[in-house]
Amino acid sequence: MSAETEIKAAPHGDYVGAKVGMWLFLVTEVLLFGGMFLLYSVFRSKYPQDFHEAAKELSVALGAANTVILLTSSLTMALSIGYLRSGKKKPSVLFQTATILLGFAFLVNKYFEWGAKIQHGLYPDSPELLALPKGEILFYGLYYVMTGLHGLHVIVGMIILSVLLVFTSKDIVNGHSFIKLENGGLYWHLVDLIWIYLFPLFYLIT
Amino acid sequence: MKEEHKDAGLKSYVFVWLGLLVLTAITITVAGLHLGNFSTVTAVLIATIKALLVLYFFMHLKYEPPLLRFIFAASVLTLTVIIILTFTDVWFR
Repeated sequence: MSAETEIKAAPHGDYVGAKVGMWLFLVTEVLLFGGMFLLYSVFRSKYPQDFHEAAKELSVALGAANTVILLTSSLTMALSIGYLRSGKKKPSVLFQTATILLGFAFLVNKYFEWGAKIQHGLYPDSPELLALPKGEILFYGLYYVMTGLHGLHVIVGMIILSVLLVFTSKDIVNGHSFIKLENGGLYWHLVDLIWIYLFPLFYLIT
Repeated sequence: MKEEHKDAGLKSYVFVWLGLLVLTAITITVAGLHLGNFSTVTAVLIATIKALLVLYFFMHLKYEPPLLRFIFAASVLTLTVIIILTFTDVWFR
C-alpha cells in the first residue's frame, strides 16, 4: 500500500469560525429571552401578591419532572458528542436518539400541563382569566408566551438533532468532522439553560 | 477549541448531571420553606450555579479560548446593565 491511499481529505470548513458564529447566535437568544425575563421581573415587582397567587396554580411536580427530563437530555447530548469525538459512532447515535426522545417527553409533559390549564379556562383572553386580578392576567400571559417560545425552541432543537442523527448515521458527521453536532448540541444546551431559569421563576414563587 | 483536546472524561459529565439534579432538589426544598424575598434571591442564585455548570462543562466553555467566554460574558453583562437601568426607572420613578 502506498502512503497516498492512507491520506484522508482534510475536513472542509472553518472550525473556529463555525463555533464563534454559533455562540454569536446564542447571544441573540440570550437577549431575546432576557428581554422577556426583564418584563417578568418588572411586572412581578409591581404585582408581587398576584404573581404569588397565580404561581400557586402551576404544578411543581410537572415542572420538576420537566427539569429532570431536560437536564438528563443535556447529559445524553454531551455524551453523544464525547463518544463521536473518540470515534465511537454507535453510542453516539444511541445518545442522540435518547436526547430527541427526552425532548419529546418534555413536550408530552407540557401538553398535559397546558391542557389542564386550558381545561380550567386559564388561557390567554379567556373569560375566566380576564376576571382575575391584573397581576394574575400578566402572570399567565408571560407564562404562555415564555414557556411557549421555549417549547418552540425544544421543537426546533429536536428537528436539528434529527437531521444530525441522519448525518451521523451517514457518516457526514463523524469523529473527524463533528462541528455540526457540537453546534447542534450548543443549541440544545441553551434550551436547557433557559428552562433552568424558567422553572424557579414560574413554578417556585412562594 | 483545540481539536486535540479530549474532554475531561465522559465520567465528569455524569457528575455534573448529578450535581444539577441535587441543585434542583435544593431549590425546590428552599422554595417550600417560604422565605419571602430571600427565596427569590436563592432561587436565582441556584439557577445561576446550574447555568454555569451547563455552560462550563456541557457547553465546553471551560476548554474554549477566552474569545468565546468573552462573547458570552458580553451578552450577560449587556443584559445586567439593561436590567439595572430599567429598575432604577421602576423603583425611583
